[in-house]
Amino acid sequence: MSYLGNIFTSIKTVYEGMTITFSHLFREPMTIQYPDRIPRPIQETLPMRYRGFLEVDMAICTGCTLCQKACPIDCILIEAGKDPELGRVMTRFGVDLSKCMYCGLCTEPCPTGAIRFTREFEGSTYDIKTLLAEFIQEGEKVKPYKVVKKK
Amino acid sequence: MNSFINNIVLQSDFLQSMPYWLVSICFQLVFILMVFIFVAVFAMLAGYAERRVAGRMQSRIGPNRVGPQGILQSVADGIKVFFKEDVIPTAADPILFRLAPYLVFLGMFLGFAVMPFSSQWVISDLKLGIFYLLAVEALVVVGIVMSGWSSNNKWSLLGGMRSAAQIVSYEVPVSLTILMVVLWCGSMDIQEIILRQGAAPWEWHVFQTPFMFVAFFILFMGSLAEGNRMPFDMPEAESELVSGYNTEYSGFRFVLFFFAEFANLYLIGALATILFLGGWQAGPLPGFFVSLFGAENSWFGSLLTNGIELIVFQIKTLALVFIVIQLRWTLPRVRVDQLMVLCWKYLVPIAFVNLLAMSLWLVIIPASWTKVSAIIMTFVGVLLLVSFFRRVVWHLRYTKSKIRLSPFA
Repeated sequence: MSYLGNIFTSIKTVYEGMTITFSHLFREPMTIQYPDRIPRPIQETLPMRYRGFLEVDMAICTGCTLCQKACPIDCILIEAGKDPELGRVMTRFGVDLSKCMYCGLCTEPCPTGAIRFTREFEGSTYDIKTLLAEFIQEGEKVKPYKVVKKK
Repeated sequence: MNSFINNIVLQSDFLQSMPYWLVSICFQLVFILMVFIFVAVFAMLAGYAERRVAGRMQSRIGPNRVGPQGILQSVADGIKVFFKEDVIPTAADPILFRLAPYLVFLGMFLGFAVMPFSSQWVISDLKLGIFYLLAVEALVVVGIVMSGWSSNNKWSLLGGMRSAAQIVSYEVPVSLTILMVVLWCGSMDIQEIILRQGAAPWEWHVFQTPFMFVAFFILFMGSLAEGNRMPFDMPEAESELVSGYNTEYSGFRFVLFFFAEFANLYLIGALATILFLGGWQAGPLPGFFVSLFGAENSWFGSLLTNGIELIVFQIKTLALVFIVIQLRWTLPRVRVDQLMVLCWKYLVPIAFVNLLAMSLWLVIIPASWTKVSAIIMTFVGVLLLVSFFRRVVWHLRYTKSKIRLSPFA
């Protein structure tokens, strides 16, 4: 009896399978046609905690160099020194985005949340030097942010 | 073909002044060229259509960048493959390796010599048309085994051997079902078989008797297997055999295999259409249009009649081609032993029982009863079709999918 049963099962399953694939013809495709045929920029549709390029807000950077120490592949470079007029200043804050592996270890010790991820990820370029993100212009001196302690 | 040429020659003084054999040969050559171009264009468009359909069935879009809606994708692929280096492995048999793709292509293309595109547009209306079709289709297996053997590659050889086993096995149920139709019509002439049917579904062979209905599916499955289409694409089995018998081929030789594959896709649909779905029969349509344009007894009327029949034939064939494509993206590939079990344990015995029952039916049941069974079977067929679409709608509702009817993206 399994002979006829097999025939029946195979007909039934093929029929069922074909109804499913046929119904898929009328369903909305899931494809996102990146980069040119999308309703709004892809960065806006990414999740909030997406790990894109690193970004430093120099206005709140304390210059503590904790991020530099946390980075396992040394892609963050901070140069700080004494200035006779301004006191302690930072003269360079660079992140090598071509080296960065987006582990997020630098964002965790940052006391002010100055270094953080953006949702930018389009890093393809003809020259790898363009991926060196400098947050302090050359010759510029930035005074670190000081946390005001309440008494 | 001859009646069409006669029709045209009779209306033109210029053609009548020419020797008849010259006019006939010229017309034949033009027609052969047209069929050739048709096959090439069909292969290209089918390759594109298959990818688009596959895309939608997998919630993707498919190629849509080259030309409007990606229609030129096949052209781009063709140009790319055309400029590829033509590699012949050093250990391969040079003569057989070169010969094999042409044999495969020839086997497929010879089938188009008896393809009845309309009542008069057929290159050669053989008296043994169906027999000829089966015979030349067998040439393909020679080419495939040859390519598998001469490549000197284990995957190719396995693919070629599987193909041989498969085609030889499935030839049996296909031949038996064709024999049923031949018994029913008392002729092997393709045009005669089509003339025995009508335009309306209850005049098609598929709905004549319950046995014919079963035979249609056996033929369809058998020709799927013969054409190495999914779910029976053992010889190509990408995930097992790299690409099967055509692994070592590149460039233009590979294109020939590709063309043969898609030409065969058309043959699968056309064979089922001819034998079971009424072929080019268009009923009162050609007569209506001819009288509408007042084109009786003119070359234009002849053109119009054949054109409408051609369109009807294409619609039926392309619908079946669509089902073949859909099956490819529905079913997983069967194992080799399952393939053989399906053929020898199921299709062949059922085909034999069918043939016997059919012969008994022809002897015992009076012809007037056939009309009753035809109407009942048509009703069953319509019921199956309706329930199919109801089930499709059910799936769409059940999954709460977003509906998008437009095929463009």
